Amino acid sequence: MARTPADLVGAQPGPPFEITFDGRSVTARPGQTVAAALWGAGIMAWRTTRDGGRPRGVFCGIGQCFDCLATVNGRPNRRACLVPARPGDAIVTQEGHGHDHLAV
Amino acid sequence: MTTSPSELSDPSDPYDLAVVGAGPAGLAGAVAAAERGLRVVLLEAAAHTGGQYYRHPAPAARAARPEALHHGWPVYADLSRRLAGSGVRHCPGHHVWSVTKDAPDGPWSAHCLTGDDGCDERPVRVRARALLLATGAYERQLPFPGWTLPGVVGAGGAQAMLKSGLVLPGRRIVVAGSGPLLLAVASSLATAGAHVPAVIEAAGYLGYARHPRALVTNPWKAAEALVHGTALLRHRVRMVTRSAVTEVHGTGRVEAVTVARLDRDWRPVQGSGRRIACDVLAVGHGLVPQIELATALGCATRRTADGTAALVLDGLQETSVRGLWAAGETGGAGGVQLALAEGELAGISVAVRVRGKRGEGRRIRELRRRRDRLRAFADAMSAVHAPGPGWQRWLTDDTDVCRCEEVTAARIREAADELGARDVRTVKLLTRAGMGWCQGRMCGTAVACLAARGGTPEPPAERRPFAVPVPLSALTALGEPDDDVPR
Amino acid sequence: MPTGNLSDVIVVGAGVVGAACAYYAAGAGLRVTVVDRGCVAGGTTGAGEGNLLVSDKEPGPELELALCSGRLWAELAGTLPPRIEYEPKGGLVVAPGAAGMSALRDFTARQRTAGVTAEETPAERLRDLEPHLAPGLAGGVHYPQDAQVMPALAAAHLLRAAGGRVRLRLGEEVTGLLAGPDGAMRGVRTRHGEIHAPYVVNAAGTWGGELARLAGVELPVLPRRGFVLVTEPLPRVVRHKVYAADYVADVASGSAALQTSAVVEGTPAGPVLIGASRERVGFDRTLSPRALWRLAAGATALFPVLAAVRAMRAYTGFRPYLPDHLPAIGPDPRVPGLLHACGHEGAGIGLAPATGLIVARCVTGAEPPLDIGPFAPDRFAPSACTAPD
Repeated sequence: MARTPADLVGAQPGPPFEITFDGRSVTARPGQTVAAALWGAGIMAWRTTRDGGRPRGVFCGIGQCFDCLATVNGRPNRRACLVPARPGDAIVTQEGHGHDHLAV
Repeated sequence: MTTSPSELSDPSDPYDLAVVGAGPAGLAGAVAAAERGLRVVLLEAAAHTGGQYYRHPAPAARAARPEALHHGWPVYADLSRRLAGSGVRHCPGHHVWSVTKDAPDGPWSAHCLTGDDGCDERPVRVRARALLLATGAYERQLPFPGWTLPGVVGAGGAQAMLKSGLVLPGRRIVVAGSGPLLLAVASSLATAGAHVPAVIEAAGYLGYARHPRALVTNPWKAAEALVHGTALLRHRVRMVTRSAVTEVHGTGRVEAVTVARLDRDWRPVQGSGRRIACDVLAVGHGLVPQIELATALGCATRRTADGTAALVLDGLQETSVRGLWAAGETGGAGGVQLALAEGELAGISVAVRVRGKRGEGRRIRELRRRRDRLRAFADAMSAVHAPGPGWQRWLTDDTDVCRCEEVTAARIREAADELGARDVRTVKLLTRAGMGWCQGRMCGTAVACLAARGGTPEPPAERRPFAVPVPLSALTALGEPDDDVPR
Repeated sequence: MPTGNLSDVIVVGAGVVGAACAYYAAGAGLRVTVVDRGCVAGGTTGAGEGNLLVSDKEPGPELELALCSGRLWAELAGTLPPRIEYEPKGGLVVAPGAAGMSALRDFTARQRTAGVTAEETPAERLRDLEPHLAPGLAGGVHYPQDAQVMPALAAAHLLRAAGGRVRLRLGEEVTGLLAGPDGAMRGVRTRHGEIHAPYVVNAAGTWGGELARLAGVELPVLPRRGFVLVTEPLPRVVRHKVYAADYVADVASGSAALQTSAVVEGTPAGPVLIGASRERVGFDRTLSPRALWRLAAGATALFPVLAAVRAMRAYTGFRPYLPDHLPAIGPDPRVPGLLHACGHEGAGIGLAPATGLIVARCVTGAEPPLDIGPFAPDRFAPSACTAPD
């Protein structure tokens, strides 16, 4: 019996690659989204809310809830469940609206 | 400088049909229309076809057996093959944010953002004489204390992440909520290696017995349930009905859930709560039709048996707005077989209208019969899983109802009881519930129930002028429409 | 608390104007019933940006009303809870070119004589006020008296603060007005029954004309559509209410065609609001790509930083306007007991308190805070044109 989802579907992707989450290295497999790669590393939260500062990650999983917003390569508010992971991507926990640098 | 959005079509020579969404309904519709000689463009937000039902790993994952996580994969394989040979212009990564019409008799304009999550620089406008909305559904959620904790995920979301990303959110996953999707989700998760201690279903499955005719005339549904049932037995997943997760425990992430028995109205039975240890809760309460592109154009909606708004469609899948067709979950959640039938029927119907195709009567009658039978079953099913009013009892004052704007149940009740809000829109104005990134998709059902103050809630109107957030740069690229600039 | 179906005053309309009428009438000791076919703030109030402006008004009766109202809003801000988001943040009107700047200078000179504070800001100082403003503007004028409030919350909290003297009847459409044998008002009829009072206030906004017709009088209130774009939540990127000088011309225009001028402002909740299109298209709510384009183009021309920001929604509202762009406020001489408080166009939030105070004073027989002659509700009647002074 299959023990992992990848075994189950007979996935034989190319070599895994590295992305970073808050500076630490995370391994991603080709074909995964940023969110899937983070889940694969046991990371469930990569955003804190605007008012309460509470942690959030994937909720709806299909791009509808916007809970999984992350700062990807410096760009805030990317839906991690839709954006494919690419080698060298730098994912940073997004605090609140993610636009602090615009404040006047 | 303002530049015009890229045109995927010559403005003076629009497509015959633009299909929005490449799930079962959209694929069936696009293929049916193209095989009858129509020029068809298929706009899909994702990188590949399949929608949520046939969601599968990206090609880079090189999955040898994608069908291992699916039922009815050959149907999808067949549609994919026909799509490739049909001449349909397939546009992945196209997120339609609005559909407009410049002139009453003119073509539709589908305004799209591009890229994985709609963040690319290049907006696109696609013109077509007819439009088929096959935009599917999103999962309905009801809030409960702790539901914003990391590790609480949508049941459909967990399945989607599994089907495409080949990942599990944890090791020990409780599946809860209501609706037939829960069985499929639990079965997939368990088959993929997760331990699923229990499926917690708020309704009683005995309710189906009240609709024997709908069940008997849809034997494949029973077969599907049997497949899931067998998988659940094999993985020793316990099925608990008439119960709900009323609280999630944990600091920083999920550690356990409290499951309580429900009475007939979904009120938690006092003293019945017990804890189940887990690191993930996958939860959902059926599906909500994704119809904002249509409601923005004034399409009529109906209230489904489980209290969502769905598009009113005629016998040939046309909405109340001429030239705008819809198929699949947009007409009320009903599953893949119904979506396939409706998609094909819509595709043929557009071909009859746009190209005057003849000799389709027999196939149309066949599809209509199949659709009516499946629709009857869907209605029966959704009646069984309609949330009872008592669910609000498990909310505490400080439960966040709106996840985006962090609006608590107490504030929504204050708006309804003391500030004069009686509907979702006014609650939104007075509390910001539903004003955030998701535009009320996650909290709409709950807010409607709270605003109704014990009465029968009106389904949220699913009105969102922008189906996805639009960069201002994309709006400035709209430029002057054609009626301002003589061509 | 009023008992039964008897009140001193019935206010038809639970928008901000109706709420202000109820608030000041209750403050004068009257028992008030507010009737609305929908919810609190369900009409134009709920679709407004919450502008409390003097900057866009020429010297004249509307500016006097706005100045009076501005003082009242400042008072109310001390009484109502902070959740109404009252912000005395000031307005900044900018001129893209030299000709516009010179026209703006003339305009402000006249405004100053009417009591408006207007401080000219040279081009090189504009970014001290608004760091994200585009370069190359000719100059601007700072209006410290301009302010903002969250309109729906303001209406709801005015009604709540009015206390036990106000009874709210929501979801009840007024289907008829009740008159005595002498023709004087004695209440309203709704689908739920009759409500009695010797005074009825028409604060029905865009539907004010229809309500007037129920009383047998003509009040030509028409809708003028507007779209507002709402961005994703941001930190404070825009400090003032900022708009281009051509806005004033659009506000005063009677044209049916689409007019847009960028009006950009932040909100305490985070999103930036972008207005303000104006067009006469009846009650059509369909999204207009042309209006969206103009709003976005205007806003990003003023604040280029917004180009990369996402709009999450757009909303449509219908401003209730009268042909001379002045509201109808006060007793209707044609129907004893009927008062009007509608037709404020896009300025209803700002003008609400003064309107409410006038209505309350008229009902109690006290002196209004200013000359209400220009707002006479019967000024459009055919007979009004020919009648001797």
